[in-house]
Amino acid sequence: MSGDEKHDHSAASTLDVLWVLYDQVLRISPDSVADDDRDRFLLSKGHAPKAFYAVLAAKGFIDPAELPGFGTFGSILGHHPDRNLITGVEISSGSLGHGLPIGVGVALGLRARGKTSRVFVLVGDGELDEGSNHEAIAFAGAVGLDRLAVIAVDNSSSTYGWSGGVETRFSREGWSAARVNGRDHQALAQALSAAHPGVPRLVVAVIDPS
Amino acid sequence: MDTMRDRFMRVTSELLDSDPRVAVVLADIGASNFEPARQRHPDRVINLGIREQLLIGVTSGLALSGLRPVAHTFAPFLVERPFEQIKLDIVHQGVGAVLVSAGGSFDYPFYGRTHQAPGDVALLDTLPGWTVHVPGHPDEAEAQLRAAVTADGPVYLRLSLPANAAPFPARPGELTVLRIGSAGTVLAVGPMADAVLAATAGLDVTVLYATTIRPFDAHTLRATLSHPDVVLVEPYLTGTSVPVVAEALRDIPHRVLALGVGRQELRRYGTPAEHITAHGLDAVSLRARIADFLSAKPPGRALRVPDGGAPSLTRTC
Repeated sequence: MSGDEKHDHSAASTLDVLWVLYDQVLRISPDSVADDDRDRFLLSKGHAPKAFYAVLAAKGFIDPAELPGFGTFGSILGHHPDRNLITGVEISSGSLGHGLPIGVGVALGLRARGKTSRVFVLVGDGELDEGSNHEAIAFAGAVGLDRLAVIAVDNSSSTYGWSGGVETRFSREGWSAARVNGRDHQALAQALSAAHPGVPRLVVAVIDPS
Repeated sequence: MDTMRDRFMRVTSELLDSDPRVAVVLADIGASNFEPARQRHPDRVINLGIREQLLIGVTSGLALSGLRPVAHTFAPFLVERPFEQIKLDIVHQGVGAVLVSAGGSFDYPFYGRTHQAPGDVALLDTLPGWTVHVPGHPDEAEAQLRAAVTADGPVYLRLSLPANAAPFPARPGELTVLRIGSAGTVLAVGPMADAVLAATAGLDVTVLYATTIRPFDAHTLRATLSHPDVVLVEPYLTGTSVPVVAEALRDIPHRVLALGVGRQELRRYGTPAEHITAHGLDAVSLRARIADFLSAKPPGRALRVPDGGAPSLTRTC
């Protein structure tokens, strides 16, 4: 697969991770989307909004009646999400390689303001081909940005793959890293909740591309 | 006189002390100058290393977290290299930030084309909502910086080494009338003012001065327009502001001469003064080009300013 053919597959690959995040990990609810102390979730892999919208609807962030309008002119739900249209969506995404650099900034800003909120960024292994991610990976590791966690959904979308696994790149920069089955809710929850003092955290969620 | 960039660094360091919302984001360039401030505010003076995509991404994230970020580096690395980040991480997210560039169009010509960015303002013109300041003096830059930091929207502050000898009195966002005449209007932007005043000495033209070029002050242009010939003198890409002048005068037949930095690469090193001359932006060249334009008037046009223009003028030339 390449290009647009990847989008539906991309959406399906993130469903379990998104559910575990919103069900067990994130300190956020429909009532706290404007709370300054909330955790932040940034969907960088914006090609995967169907699963995202489904989880947001199931958790009460958006009206399920919005779902059938997906992608239509009057809908708030596009094929790439827009934070200015959907309450509770932290960033607009679609073009790849933007969410992690923004997430680094959010984590730095919250730290400067004395907040203890955590920042979670969901990326894809194919998305990590974008060079902007590597500016963020190196910097976050160098400064020990321990409020930041990245979930890399690895469904083997990267055209040339990652020698030694995605985590090799992050670990080299000082990140704490774990690799789990991306469909195993218990393993995902444990990996995403594990303490990582002094360093940022990577969780590689492996999805069988077949 | 200090440079605009000297002033920016001093004032921003003061603002870090007084305003807990302010954060400075750097990509190595300028980091040593901010080191004393970083020691006082290690969480709000952030040097990312040579990572300009991250520079804008982090700037966006800081804004999303509730801070007022000030990002700074040379213009080509601030606007051109991470332009998609400006488009998406700032504008599309709907957040504000202050981007402060140094180097102007060719302040360091000995570095070559890689360090020149005459197209920065034109690039930002493709995006909505930006306030673009082009100060002509460190005092003007300081006032604009202080206003930008207390605002919320996206602001671009374009600093340059060339400067006018003294600041001009100006009201924020408005064109300043430097001279009144009847044969046309010459609009000088930022550091071009002294050269324009010298070039138009003895000419019967209105001279306007802009330190904020976006949003464009159409009202003052119309209110002072005595003859529909307009000369734009901009320190960046030639013709950048032609569309906003055309929009301002859309109901008035008019002519525009756009003077600025040429699109063609010079492939020369040397000094800023040599590049100013090579682009025809020195006072002698400007006078010749302006006089030639004004002397080539088509006959028998009537000027009417139907609305928004006070005074209402009707004049046949």
